[in-house]
Amino acid sequence: MTATDSADLVSIPALLARNVREFGDKAAYREKEFGIWQSWTWSEAVEQIEALALGLLSLGANRGDHIAIAGRNRPYLYWSMLAAQSIGAVPVPIYQDAVGDEIAYVLDHCNARFIVAGDQEQVDKILDIRADLKNLEHIIYLDARGLRKYDHSILSQFHKLQDLGRAAKATLGPELVARQAGQNYDDICVMLYTSGTTGRPKGVVLSNRNVIETSKNSSQFDNLGPNEEVLAYLPMAWVGDYTFSMGQALWTGFCVNCPESPETMMTDLREIGPTYYFAPPRVFENQLTNVMIRMEDAGRLKQWMFHKSMAHAKTVGPALLSGLPVSFMDRVKYWLGDKFIYGPLKNTLGLSRVRVGYTAGEAIGPELFDFYRSLGINLKQLYGQTEATVYVTIQPDGEVRADTVGVPAPGVEVRIGDNGEIYYRSPGVFVEYYNNPESTASTKDKEGWVATGDAGFFEEGSGHLRIIDRAKDVGKMADGRLFAPKYVENKLKFFPNILEAVVFGNDREFCTAFINIDLNAVGNWAERNNIAYGGYQELSQHPEVLDMIQAHIEETNLSIADDSMLSGCQVNRFLVLHKELDADDGEMTRTRKVRRRIVEEKFSDLITGLYDGSERVATTTEVTYEDGRKGSISATLELRDAAIVAVQRMAAE
Amino acid sequence: MFDQPESFVTADGRTIGGVMMEMKNITLRFGGVVAIKDISFDIREGEIRAIIGPNGAGKSSMLNVISGFYNPQDGEVWYKGERRPSMKPFEVARQGIARTFQNIALFEGMSVLDNVMTGRLNHMNAGIVSQAFWYGKAQREETENREVVERVIDFLEIQHIRKTPVSRLPYGLKKRVELARALAADPKLLLLDEPMAGMNVEEKEDMSRFILDVNDEFGTTIALIEHDMSVVMDISDRVVVMDYGKKIGDGTPHDVRNNQAVIDAYLGVSHD
Repeated sequence: MTATDSADLVSIPALLARNVREFGDKAAYREKEFGIWQSWTWSEAVEQIEALALGLLSLGANRGDHIAIAGRNRPYLYWSMLAAQSIGAVPVPIYQDAVGDEIAYVLDHCNARFIVAGDQEQVDKILDIRADLKNLEHIIYLDARGLRKYDHSILSQFHKLQDLGRAAKATLGPELVARQAGQNYDDICVMLYTSGTTGRPKGVVLSNRNVIETSKNSSQFDNLGPNEEVLAYLPMAWVGDYTFSMGQALWTGFCVNCPESPETMMTDLREIGPTYYFAPPRVFENQLTNVMIRMEDAGRLKQWMFHKSMAHAKTVGPALLSGLPVSFMDRVKYWLGDKFIYGPLKNTLGLSRVRVGYTAGEAIGPELFDFYRSLGINLKQLYGQTEATVYVTIQPDGEVRADTVGVPAPGVEVRIGDNGEIYYRSPGVFVEYYNNPESTASTKDKEGWVATGDAGFFEEGSGHLRIIDRAKDVGKMADGRLFAPKYVENKLKFFPNILEAVVFGNDREFCTAFINIDLNAVGNWAERNNIAYGGYQELSQHPEVLDMIQAHIEETNLSIADDSMLSGCQVNRFLVLHKELDADDGEMTRTRKVRRRIVEEKFSDLITGLYDGSERVATTTEVTYEDGRKGSISATLELRDAAIVAVQRMAAE
Repeated sequence: MFDQPESFVTADGRTIGGVMMEMKNITLRFGGVVAIKDISFDIREGEIRAIIGPNGAGKSSMLNVISGFYNPQDGEVWYKGERRPSMKPFEVARQGIARTFQNIALFEGMSVLDNVMTGRLNHMNAGIVSQAFWYGKAQREETENREVVERVIDFLEIQHIRKTPVSRLPYGLKKRVELARALAADPKLLLLDEPMAGMNVEEKEDMSRFILDVNDEFGTTIALIEHDMSVVMDISDRVVVMDYGKKIGDGTPHDVRNNQAVIDAYLGVSHD
């Protein structure tokens, strides 16, 4: 790319035009439909995008309008965002699994005039709240199934609108060209709502500069080229998906592949074999759990080979990947292991071709991380935020570790505040929170430094950043010892049987915990041990399951006790929750982060039980079903004590 | 509305046509046992017609008469304005009638895809040589039929189990695969034998949704048997109620719900 060339690339339409010029005949989008991978080149995609853009113009869409997009990852919906950007409107992707209230808040907050909805489910949700949305004018839907009988006065089918647009090309074409050309580097590119661990979601406004500079820097950092393949399966409303599947894809011209349905993701992953892959820790964890479950059913010889090879991989795999010296014999053994075990395993996981893989969003367990690295998969960590257009820190090749999140990303400055909070400044720093000057001012100062709300420190020597916890979650216990719940929760979550943990103890005498079991892992264990159960609730309260969880907690306490600063965080009492924490019930964010305060309020009776020493508590909890209806479940939970290591007292003596 | 012979449009925008199939005074006996006793009713084009009744009422026998598996001793079956002679089930299938079974009759060892492909059997007529070498017509036909099948798979949202052997599937999904196979035949009339038996509430809701969508999307006429009253009342246009081989009610769900004979059959009646 020449310097003059890249200087013109200041808007999304400019990038699209460049891609048609340079990679016109190369695949830009693929989607598996009707059992076959359908694909579109950059030229074909742009024709589709322009047809829709003209259709939107014919509906009267203006510059600066917010156009909401709701649905699973499909090329058509990515094109909807690009069509909106082509006419100078601002796309607002929303979480497809959000319930009515949440969607109502977002749509009302951004005054969306138009919505592109994936299917009947999304249309129904919007029609239910239509009375509250004064500005809503038109809904464009993709999948017509079940929608034939609906009142079409405010509904249009996606392809029909495109046909309208194509027919109006003669009259609206010049307007489209003018809109595409009249965009500069500081115009608004996209608005993404934060998942909101606390309170209402906030609309993060990102400019062309934010998105394009960040995509440029990060693509150079990892040497991403036009021949990369990615699988787009994470929520479109999430900044990560926007950056990987839109920003970087547009910048480098690589191909975005959409799975056939959420359930087929693993099969599709294997068929595509991405070269650049991103997944939150829970996806890697699920994959590993599945492998382990299937290995338990394998024959003796295979099990022996697997365990023998994996043990060897663990000792030398990460070193090989980081380019450290490894003895000749170990290299030969690793080569053999690769032929028999690691290669086929990577192929099964769909990760054979991964050149760069990232995990972020949550802390990843060191064993989980090392498992993938030891197979020879270049899995790295990054630390980021919506407000930073993802990148704050990132791990360079050869400096990868499980317990840090790397060094500041290219173009990013990072400093640590007096209270340990992490601040950053970069070209990716967001413009503002939409219609919320107070929050903007309290997050971003005049010089452009943004407060992350996370506490951390730079490790001496390596210069890598380590995250301790959310700054506001770090507290003190009643006797003044440090309380860092996430540190403990992450340790607990590293056990495959534990899906989620919530630790309490701020201003208390001792720490307690709620545990969610992992139905897959524990269910499989129950099957192998002939333990009958009727459902999640029954399994979660089974005495043997409680014994198992207790053992996990005691093991965790032992390792926490090693750290003199955090030894007060050992879990004294615990219970296993009778329901899974769920975003539909408001207990988690859509990106699956626990909303601590809401959990505390909702289960206050259980917390009281944990601290007053009761052995059983009967409780009733309200649950929300996927279609928005409410119901309730009741259960009697057993509260248990866990053994702790008495470090503190020894220190006092 | 169902009294008038012409077609009409329902409140939710579907078109109900004229009479497609008419059963006239059907009586079916197995030796001394009278399974169906002098029953008459009709099925109109585009409607969802339910046959309900307690266990042993003769519902499945009735469905087997419609599908041509049983030939009644007395009575006439009229299909598309013509009296249907006694037929073999495969001949009935060629007339555009497909069905599912109460206790699932899939090929357990075959994949979902292959099972659904068998539903296209009546649409394949390439010769044995062409099929053996998978050349010419056979190849063309398979591609065409596969496309139809893929659309059905997409419609019923079973892409994720496309290559899974049926024996490994849970019950609810097997039922859906059976529906897929019946749909692949591109039927005019679809017969469903207890499509929701043994399902939990959520699975029942999904299945109801699929049945309504099939009717809506393809305009397929559907006759179904069920003994869960609440589900049937929600999705069907008209209901026939049977008890001990006799018809004791016929009409819209509202009529049937208020019919004393039906209430007695379901709730029992005191004999004093």
